[in-house]
Amino acid sequence: MTTRVARDRVTGTPFTRGLGIVTIAGIVWLVIFGLFVTPADVNQGETVRIMYAHVPGAWLAYLAFIVTALSSAMYLWRRTRSLTWDRIAGASAEIGVLFMGISLVTGSLWGRLTWGTFWTWDARLTTTAFLFVTYIGYLAVRNLGGTHHQRARRSAVLALLAVLEIPLVHFSVEIWNSLHQEASVAGNTDVTMDGLMLFTLFLGVIVFTLMYVWMLLHRQRALTLEDMLDDTGLDRALAARRTEAGVS
Amino acid sequence: MLRTAKTIAAKDLRIELRSRVIANQVIPFAALVMILFAFALDSDAVLERVAPGLVWLATIFSVLFIVARSFALETTDGALEALRAAGVDPMGIFLGKTLALATQLIALEAVLVGASVVLYRADVSASGGVLLVTTAILATVGLASVGTLYGGLAAGAKGRETLLPLLLLPVVAPVLIGATRATESAFGTNGIDVSEGWPWLGLLAVFAVLFSVVGAVAFGPLVDD
Repeated sequence: MTTRVARDRVTGTPFTRGLGIVTIAGIVWLVIFGLFVTPADVNQGETVRIMYAHVPGAWLAYLAFIVTALSSAMYLWRRTRSLTWDRIAGASAEIGVLFMGISLVTGSLWGRLTWGTFWTWDARLTTTAFLFVTYIGYLAVRNLGGTHHQRARRSAVLALLAVLEIPLVHFSVEIWNSLHQEASVAGNTDVTMDGLMLFTLFLGVIVFTLMYVWMLLHRQRALTLEDMLDDTGLDRALAARRTEAGVS
Repeated sequence: MLRTAKTIAAKDLRIELRSRVIANQVIPFAALVMILFAFALDSDAVLERVAPGLVWLATIFSVLFIVARSFALETTDGALEALRAAGVDPMGIFLGKTLALATQLIALEAVLVGASVVLYRADVSASGGVLLVTTAILATVGLASVGTLYGGLAAGAKGRETLLPLLLLPVVAPVLIGATRATESAFGTNGIDVSEGWPWLGLLAVFAVLFSVVGAVAFGPLVDD
């Protein structure tokens, strides 16, 4: 019985273990291609290699925040009010904040090398920073306390508002003529990028996506366990103390 | 619904008239912020140039207190839950609280603009005055509805005092930008013409409409426990 319980309390399954191995292999592949195999850029030199982490990080952060909004909408829309949707939303937002952080740090390092400054008050940078702070606020709201359904409802409304910022961030480059590069791949008919570099960039997006799914599955299950602990922790502790005291 | 809104707004304003918390504490706070800005920047030329931004920064800081006060009234003795239990329309509660908040904000902004004329040598022409009043109204509707929405969201939760600024400040950034640019041309800062301020009101109007609609719809589910 005890071993059975113990096995229930881990967040890994054969699928996530397989996914994890594939993800780690992908990261190794990406590092080799990004750092050694691809050539240096004509204009940007070696600093272009930062792009292989920076661009996928930003894309995955968008994806994660959109998933947060969609699962929040599912929570509100479905009559069942399933907390699973809420936990997916929360897990996705956490990972999104992480990826957005990676994107901001790598971008800032790249900016130091290329533009000569860590930060400028440029439209894309400013709106991205706002997005980052907004989702930190979202995560703070999730920790406000109250019942699980209170948490779910509050954060779902917030997630649906916050996701409206994403188009603003994405198109800020076009709207305000910013210093930041325009989106180099999506939307341009003639991609003027070296084939190998383009491949590595896509590889980065795929590897980051696998990493996202892997982390999302684990984090979502961990949140489920946390909620279970909230619900049953006290009862279990009471039962355990009663057994100790010999009262049944 | 509108009658509920009127009753709620009248109730909030009556409480304010009798307690004078906003008049005696928040408005002096905002004026103090304006004076501290002057200490920090310590140059007439600089102050004159940044006066519009300072007016709106002081307003936004004060919004945090007014919103906190507005919901402290509701949560201290479970008034919000009582209203919901009595079957009062949440949309009416939202509109009423927004209306009361907007009224208090307008009074605050009038004081701050007056202070900037006195302290920062801001200069308002007649056509600039029209622009300024329109800006203040649109910005206030936006600030009041977003404040009520997020105030309701954080109401009754632990740690709401520290959470509210984190949630509210990033969201109201567009109001700060739009209202500051419009006020700059109303004041004629850096020789900007009054007509250049009007396009910024579009941003303020979109913000005000968006958050009053979203707030009215989302307030029910948020406070409904």
